[in-house]
Amino acid sequence: MTMTKEVGKLKIAASGDRGIVMTREFNAPRKLVFDAWTKPELLKRWLAGPVGWTMTVCVINLEIGGSYRYEWKHENGQEMGMGGIYREIVPNERLVVTEEFDAAWYPGGAVTTTTLAEKNGVTTVETTVVYDSTEARDGVLRSPMETGVAASYDRLEKLLDTNFA
Amino acid sequence: MSYEMQFAGLQGQHLDATFAALADPTRRAILARLVTGEASVAELAEPFAMSQPAISKHLKVLERAGLISRGRDAQRRPCKLEALPLAEANEWLERYRECWEQNFQRLDALLEEMKAEGERTTSLKTRQKRRVHKRQ
Repeated sequence: MTMTKEVGKLKIAASGDRGIVMTREFNAPRKLVFDAWTKPELLKRWLAGPVGWTMTVCVINLEIGGSYRYEWKHENGQEMGMGGIYREIVPNERLVVTEEFDAAWYPGGAVTTTTLAEKNGVTTVETTVVYDSTEARDGVLRSPMETGVAASYDRLEKLLDTNFA
Repeated sequence: MSYEMQFAGLQGQHLDATFAALADPTRRAILARLVTGEASVAELAEPFAMSQPAISKHLKVLERAGLISRGRDAQRRPCKLEALPLAEANEWLERYRECWEQNFQRLDALLEEMKAEGERTTSLKTRQKRRVHKRQ
């Protein structure tokens, strides 16, 4: 198996206007990556989330204006769902979808753009999530995170080392 | 696709302002300086080739994001780092990364399977074609 060094390295960057940008390389042609991203039977196998969760519902209507629906369930019975609409579809190249959670934890929704670029059999996937954050900016909830209060400057420095640019 | 934030159980909205503030290298450098202690605008402006008003603009962004606070002293108004939003941003980012990495490792395995499947199918078709040729 030939794997380039960069394959498997997840890069996450945050920026004001664009929200969150995530880049990851996969050691496969983009046709396969696109399939894995858009075919329910394939998507269900990997988009499960953290340990303990499984994807129970995955319905995709892959056409512009078509909807999708995802649901997950945790071993402890907890459930979660989200869905949205496909705004743009360029097969094997680009997807733009809206997303909204059943139990909204941030005001409004988000728009996610996924692009696939292939070079020498390696596909780079870039996902940009832009939040509809008009209300968010008014700074509603502040999570009462005890762990956050206890944060040390070590972690701060680690964060500052993160490439946000 | 941001369901992992929901999984992570964090209230993420105020992080927008934090991340926006952190997106700029000068502001990150200012924060790094403030880790070592409070500083006035003049002191913060010194290492940068920037005017005090330019630095003040950055400080306003940091202040709005809750990353720093300013002292009451009207003359000096020293800047102080507020660690909580940064800690939250860090925690959030770590969970985000972890969750996606778990997803993507499963995807890596799936793609390997799909590639192997593709090769099998291709060789099967080639064999079938050969058989057809033989019959003809």
